Amino acid sequence: MSYLEYTVKHVPSGLRKLLHLNWALVLLLTAVSCVGFLMLYAVAGGAWTPWVEPQMMRFAMGMVVMLFVAMVPIWFWRNMAGVAYGVSILLLVAVEYMGDVNMGARRWIDLGFIRLQPSELAKITMVMLLAAYYDWLDIRKVSKPLWVIVPLLIILLPTALVLKQPDLGTAILLIAGGGIVMFLAGVSLYYFGAVLALGAGLITAVFRSRGTPWQLLKDYQFKRIDTFLDPSIDPLGQGYHITQSKIALGSGGWGGRGFMQGTQTRLNFLPEKHTDFIFTTLAEDFGFVGGITLLGLYMLILGFCFYTALKTKDRFASLTTLGIGSTFFLFFAVNMSMVMGLAPVVGVPLPLVSYGGSAMLVLLAAFGLVQSANVHRPR
Amino acid sequence: MRRATKDTEESQRRISRRALLLGVSQLGFAGVLAARMRYLQVDEADQFRLLADENRINIRLLPPVRGLIYDRNGVPLAVNEQNYRVTIVKEDAGDVDAVIERLSKLISFDPEELEKSRKEIDERSPFVPVTLADRLSWKQVAEVAVNAPALPGVTPEVGLTRYYPWDTDFAHIVGYVGPVSDYDLKRLEDPDPVLQIPRFQIGKSGIEAKLEKSLRGKAGIKRIEVNAIGRVIRELDRKESTPGANIQVTIDSALQNYVQERLKGESAAAVVIDTQTGDLLAVGSSPAFDPNKFVTGISVPDYKALLDNERRPLANKAVQGTYPPGSTFKMVTALAALEAGVVTPEETVLCKGFIEVGGRRFHCWKRAGHGQMDLHNSIRQSCDVYYYEMAQRAGIEKITAMANRLGLGQHFPIPMSAVAEGLTPTKDWKRRKKGADWVIGDSLNSAIGQGFVLASPLQLAVMSARLASGRSVTPRLIKSMNGQETPLGAGEPLGLNENHLRQIRKAMFDVSNSKRGTAFRARIVEDGFRLAGKTGTSQVRNITKAERARGVIRNRDLPWKRRDHALFVSFAPFDNPRIAVSVVVEHGGGGSTVAAPIARDIVLRTLYGKLPPLEAYPKKDRWRIRQEQEKLSLRDPAKPSEGQDRA
Repeated sequence: MSYLEYTVKHVPSGLRKLLHLNWALVLLLTAVSCVGFLMLYAVAGGAWTPWVEPQMMRFAMGMVVMLFVAMVPIWFWRNMAGVAYGVSILLLVAVEYMGDVNMGARRWIDLGFIRLQPSELAKITMVMLLAAYYDWLDIRKVSKPLWVIVPLLIILLPTALVLKQPDLGTAILLIAGGGIVMFLAGVSLYYFGAVLALGAGLITAVFRSRGTPWQLLKDYQFKRIDTFLDPSIDPLGQGYHITQSKIALGSGGWGGRGFMQGTQTRLNFLPEKHTDFIFTTLAEDFGFVGGITLLGLYMLILGFCFYTALKTKDRFASLTTLGIGSTFFLFFAVNMSMVMGLAPVVGVPLPLVSYGGSAMLVLLAAFGLVQSANVHRPR
Repeated sequence: MRRATKDTEESQRRISRRALLLGVSQLGFAGVLAARMRYLQVDEADQFRLLADENRINIRLLPPVRGLIYDRNGVPLAVNEQNYRVTIVKEDAGDVDAVIERLSKLISFDPEELEKSRKEIDERSPFVPVTLADRLSWKQVAEVAVNAPALPGVTPEVGLTRYYPWDTDFAHIVGYVGPVSDYDLKRLEDPDPVLQIPRFQIGKSGIEAKLEKSLRGKAGIKRIEVNAIGRVIRELDRKESTPGANIQVTIDSALQNYVQERLKGESAAAVVIDTQTGDLLAVGSSPAFDPNKFVTGISVPDYKALLDNERRPLANKAVQGTYPPGSTFKMVTALAALEAGVVTPEETVLCKGFIEVGGRRFHCWKRAGHGQMDLHNSIRQSCDVYYYEMAQRAGIEKITAMANRLGLGQHFPIPMSAVAEGLTPTKDWKRRKKGADWVIGDSLNSAIGQGFVLASPLQLAVMSARLASGRSVTPRLIKSMNGQETPLGAGEPLGLNENHLRQIRKAMFDVSNSKRGTAFRARIVEDGFRLAGKTGTSQVRNITKAERARGVIRNRDLPWKRRDHALFVSFAPFDNPRIAVSVVVEHGGGGSTVAAPIARDIVLRTLYGKLPPLEAYPKKDRWRIRQEQEKLSLRDPAKPSEGQDRA
């Protein structure tokens, strides 16, 4: 059903749109961000600088962006999907030539008012374009090989650019996020089976290639996998992060050691404690209760995405909403698995909690899309 | 676009079905995460709590002690001094401004420094100590310690900083160290973690920079036990750092001091080199600067004053300054012509004051001309026309090749900043750089060391040493590193005709020992120490035809920047050469009147090993020389400089 048919039904307009915002979702996003502020305050040793203040400012900015995006009809955003995707690809290319190098990777681009990480933007715009594509595509063609190649290209283009930076974590997230949208759109399960088989074959090939002249990963990447499988082989080197992170979590126990009392964080045993490893600080200070609460909040946010997606009758809206929700899920699931020793360290931040401007802004803008889908459904 | 309703509903159903599948699996994964959290935080909590408690051992880097630098006799040139400083920890201080206010009653702060520290306090984590004041006296530190209760978060500490007891004398040779800057980190691409220590000092110029890796040493590690808030309880064990290599240079500090003192007031450079070993005994460059000012961070006005000074105190003129060698180049042209066989020592050329080549007139410095000139007289009286003739006979290729053989246009890899290569022009070079063809005038100008030819004082000293020894002497600055002697620079024989060399040396001897020699007034009368030399005066401006007709303007009537450079190259003693000395005085005027006396004094000081007795000078100069000697303020080698209250 296209938006033309909506006109006969009632879609809220004007200020009444505000009433139809999902205020519970706004509250949940604020709650999660507040957990972030609290933890950033703690890792700075009880100081508003250097992390809490900028993070709060970006949160405020992100909230305004979210409201703006929510007020604009969802069908406008569908028409803009191609443009948005094009812009993020251009930015990804630009970062290759003029980006700032940090810790061995070229990821940021300085726009003057903000240091943007185009790969964050690409995650969302890719989902939008895929949703718009399947909205346009005749449902009976979805599984035709020719029509499967198009979305694959949409996914692989930003993935290749991100891998070049190099940023393995984001690349995995892009592929998984895009795959989920294709799955939801109804692409035949045979394709997924084939991809999984191919993936398994590729992984075997990668491991077989080790030590040969044509080895497929860099040495440090192999090392990361080794230490993930057995952190004790190198407790002071590569395995250090995982071991220390697990100790921090474990020592938190049921109720935690108390706010800003965690020794692992305070004594600097944790790396990147304001970004990728911030969950360990939370789990150390507030224990199992704190960790499970955050996980619960995340799942509730995800739940609202599903609720919105299933309520709306618009194909683009439900695919975008579910795609965004799943990307969000991948963020925190991969991050938590990483710090708990369930996945190798790949550098994925904890959404809305880790320090980082682009991720915060882009995520809130994405939730603006979810809100827009919710506001502009016929009632 | 419009689609059949059936399709859309089918599509929505499919989305719902698959969304359900997706939702269930995501929920399942969240369950796995929760279970893992439970396993780590509830089931295994006790074990991890134990590990965390043991995890109170911190690893800290122990900065290595920087290697020392000595002169050839073991006199220290760069040392590490104990240095008292006070640091502040923000979270312990509480009200930082109030504490600094109270502290300023005990220590007088430099406002600029204090501003830097405040910025650092704001930027760093609150538990990181930040240095407030450096280089304090024992008394000041004691006062801070006594008043500790009123100064929370403030701790007196002791560390090592670099100190250069000979301050200005070795500014260009030894160089200086300074705190690591972001620019350094980028430039060095050096992953040594010790560079990350705040205010860690690395070499910024001279030997300190060039031999940084050897001097720095390797950091040690100490493991310390800390309590829950990170305060140190006790030290568990430590692996001591490896100190950097000690370096001994070939310079004689007392001689270096004399050279710097003798050059004072001029914009000049002088090099003393051992003709047998290539050891650099003194490398003077004037004016100089105090490297100690750079160690703590030089103030902006001081630095600007150094940069704006037209005599360029920061430049090491002895190795990085390049000058047209002027007449000191004539030995090169003469040897090139002799070796090419286009002239014999006895053959004469008529000098009538100028020579006409290709319709242009090339003038001799003596308007009236020298008359019949043979090789010997052409060097002794520095006749230009003789060399214009030689240039035409030998050609520029042979002259350039000889210059290179004697060390000009060569890069000597001594560890000093910006060692210049100079320039010995070739036809190819001119076509490449200037886009013009070589003309015969270029050859003529080059033959008398003008035009494109450029040489550094170091290269001129090497040239003199090679003329004196007949071997390809190469300069050596580092005598030993960590007690290990570096190879001498005596070099292989040059393979020049010994008779030709003897002719050149004899002519150079007469430059300063025969009545008509250009440097006769700067002679040495002590028989064992007589020197052989050559004067040079190189123009830095063109003399127009009109000016030549009116009479060339005298140097003292010109502004400083337009005056001629004065040069002198020499070796001594003549019978058994041991040292070679080159002197360049920028815009000094004539080589014979300005540069030669300086070189003579340096030669005597080197050969006597102390201030030379007046008997070595011609009788009528002795009174003046004594006055000059008394004016010199030389340092006592045992205690070169009076430090302030240095503990």
